Amino acid sequence: MKDLSLHILDIAQNSIAAGSGLIKVTITEYRGSDLYRIEIGDNGKGMTPDFAATVTDPYVTSRTTRKVGLGLSLFKQNAERTGGTLKILSESGRGTIVSADFGLSSIDRPPLGDIAGTMVLLAAANLKTRFIYRHITEKGEYIFDTKKVNEMLEELPISEPGVIRFLKEMIRENLQEINIAG
Amino acid sequence: MADLRKIKDDLRVKMSLRENSNNPESLVQIKVAMATCGIASGAKQVMDFFIEELEKRNIQAVVTQTGCMGYCFAEPTVEITLPGQSPVVYGYVDTKKADDIIEKYIKNGELVEGIIPVNYETIENNKEEK
Repeated sequence: MKDLSLHILDIAQNSIAAGSGLIKVTITEYRGSDLYRIEIGDNGKGMTPDFAATVTDPYVTSRTTRKVGLGLSLFKQNAERTGGTLKILSESGRGTIVSADFGLSSIDRPPLGDIAGTMVLLAAANLKTRFIYRHITEKGEYIFDTKKVNEMLEELPISEPGVIRFLKEMIRENLQEINIAG
Repeated sequence: MADLRKIKDDLRVKMSLRENSNNPESLVQIKVAMATCGIASGAKQVMDFFIEELEKRNIQAVVTQTGCMGYCFAEPTVEITLPGQSPVVYGYVDTKKADDIIEKYIKNGELVEGIIPVNYETIENNKEEK
């Protein structure tokens, strides 16, 4: 995967497949401890402890079309390459949190990429799911909550192309204001 | 958020002028496969391209993402369903191919190279044959 936003798109798909009504993506940059943390949490059907323990193995997957699932394995590999870790907390019937720590300044950390596009794409393709994207830096915090956006838009859906374009710009500008790392 | 209010009224007018906006079966349906294999091969660009270009060319369509359709060897893959027709799956779709698909298949019903044939039979079909 060329950048972190594509990993987020990928892992969020797992949350959607698990039947989540709420998906939270939180990115926290701790410059002091050189940490770049990405957390993707959902309230889907969760995993049993046995499954969760082996789920980062590429040959362990809940997919039925193939016997291989690479999303978590690749994400974990990228995190560990920068000296980071990938943790999975999950409870059947409650949900799952995938938390990946990357070395903020590590040369092996992929850039964040088009996170605005990713979040808007997810929201537009899954109109019934609530997405809350939080990005925290030392300068401040930006929150993109599709519930608030839908309230503003009233009957207009996020999937309307004009809205998609506008939301992407809005997110990008706000992220610039809090000086996000690349 | 204040700007959002401004464009909302413009978009509302656009939406109400559109015919068939309440009947999804009469719109072109485009599903872009977005599992790990798809995303890694550039399916996101293809989806962005479809959303933007269909709007520019004024073609009514519903563009969504699906999970893996099983054709990982041919990613990015896209399933297009023209109103009243069976779905057709195209493989190896990049933005250039997506452009061809819009101009030739969606606009004129002309099949473009790179179709992945259906290789399964549904239960209903089987029953009919018996």
